[in-house]
Amino acid sequence: MPKVQFTGQLQRFMAVPTEEADGATVRAVLDNFLRDNARLRGYVLDDQGALRRHMTVFVSGRMLTDRAGLSDPVTPDDEVYVLQALSGG
Amino acid sequence: MSDRILVGTRKGLFDIRRGAGGWGILKVSFLGDPVSAVCRDPLSGAIYAALALGHFGVKLWMTADDGNTWLERPAPAFPPKSDGLEDPHPWTVHSVWTMETGGVQGRLWAGTISGGLLRSDDAGGSWNLVKTLWERPERREWFGGGADHPGIHSLCVDPRFPDRVALGVSCGGVWTTSDAGETWRLGGKGIYAEFVPPERRDDPRIQDVHRIVQCHAAPETLWCQHHNGVFKSDDRGINWREITAIKPSKLGFAVAVHPTDPRSAWFVPAVKDECRVPVDGKLVVARTRDGGESFDVISSGLPEGPAYDLIYRHALAVDESGRRLAMGSTTGGVWLSEDGGDNWMALHARLPPVACLRFATETA
Repeated sequence: MPKVQFTGQLQRFMAVPTEEADGATVRAVLDNFLRDNARLRGYVLDDQGALRRHMTVFVSGRMLTDRAGLSDPVTPDDEVYVLQALSGG
Repeated sequence: MSDRILVGTRKGLFDIRRGAGGWGILKVSFLGDPVSAVCRDPLSGAIYAALALGHFGVKLWMTADDGNTWLERPAPAFPPKSDGLEDPHPWTVHSVWTMETGGVQGRLWAGTISGGLLRSDDAGGSWNLVKTLWERPERREWFGGGADHPGIHSLCVDPRFPDRVALGVSCGGVWTTSDAGETWRLGGKGIYAEFVPPERRDDPRIQDVHRIVQCHAAPETLWCQHHNGVFKSDDRGINWREITAIKPSKLGFAVAVHPTDPRSAWFVPAVKDECRVPVDGKLVVARTRDGGESFDVISSGLPEGPAYDLIYRHALAVDESGRRLAMGSTTGGVWLSEDGGDNWMALHARLPPVACLRFATETA
């Protein structure tokens, strides 16, 4: 089953342990991971379920391409990293 | 008089109190995070702070114990958009630009960029998009003024009849409701725009009202700092007349109105729209006490210059007495007046850029 890991910066808001979540696309994996965690979902996805503008997802080193639909494929051996894109000031 | 000011900045919420030694910072919450709006519910005493986190989006926090502990509440958000629905503006809350309590237990209003008005009836436990406004065909004509998308920045809740609300949109004009948002009426007659083609000059749907405030004791009177002038309404925002005596310039963002005297209001003018700094590099407050017939330009206690402080639209406030005022600037200055704006004093602190500021017991 794919392993899902979140940016350490989220830890200042809530505990986000690395866990496995089933699914064949990033959407399916995140939906399964976030099903019972609406609060964390709101930190990662926007009102319409798209990836937030300054967040990014890597699937075993490949950057997500479908930021709105999250249709990028995921295999059981993949590791899904949910990270913040760099920005600052 | 209020001894407390809540200051929302680019990097935290500052709780400023007046003690025996004068004004000072009592507490800082959300240090490092952008605070876009703050309000205190006079009915419950709860304080709400809206954050616009760069990575993680819009968040809403609430405290019931004056900021000792904060609880995260669901943030205002749009409902799912139907597939294939065309809309010039995104169905996402980019930021909560203003937040007001609704004068009814549990009611909160949130004005947002990208133009959605949201209402909570359970003290921020849940939010609903006010579809009656969002679905108005005129809403599609709105456009961003200084932001990528339009935003609702002013919510004037009538203290006598809280279902009566007037709101301001940049750029989308003045809208009023008398039934808590069931129906809407487009106001803004008499306001004009210099920045659009002449045939759209008087179009009330596209006016860039920068800020609208309401007199607490005379809620029919609204004051507006517009992109190209100052306007006043005496019928809750339907008809307006220009106040041409404003000086030293007619552009600005902030306006505050006296809580009991609808003829007294304060402004902080800047040069012009393409040069948003104080005139001659000198920060001044313009005050009228005669309904806009004349203005005093006040500089006592304010930096003599060079000073390039701009006061954002939510960063000038007056307390319930009408004597105490406060303002915060884009370069982190905070100034206070305890005599109706005649004299000002600087807070001995340099804050992050100030987005919003209000007295904790503010009435309007």
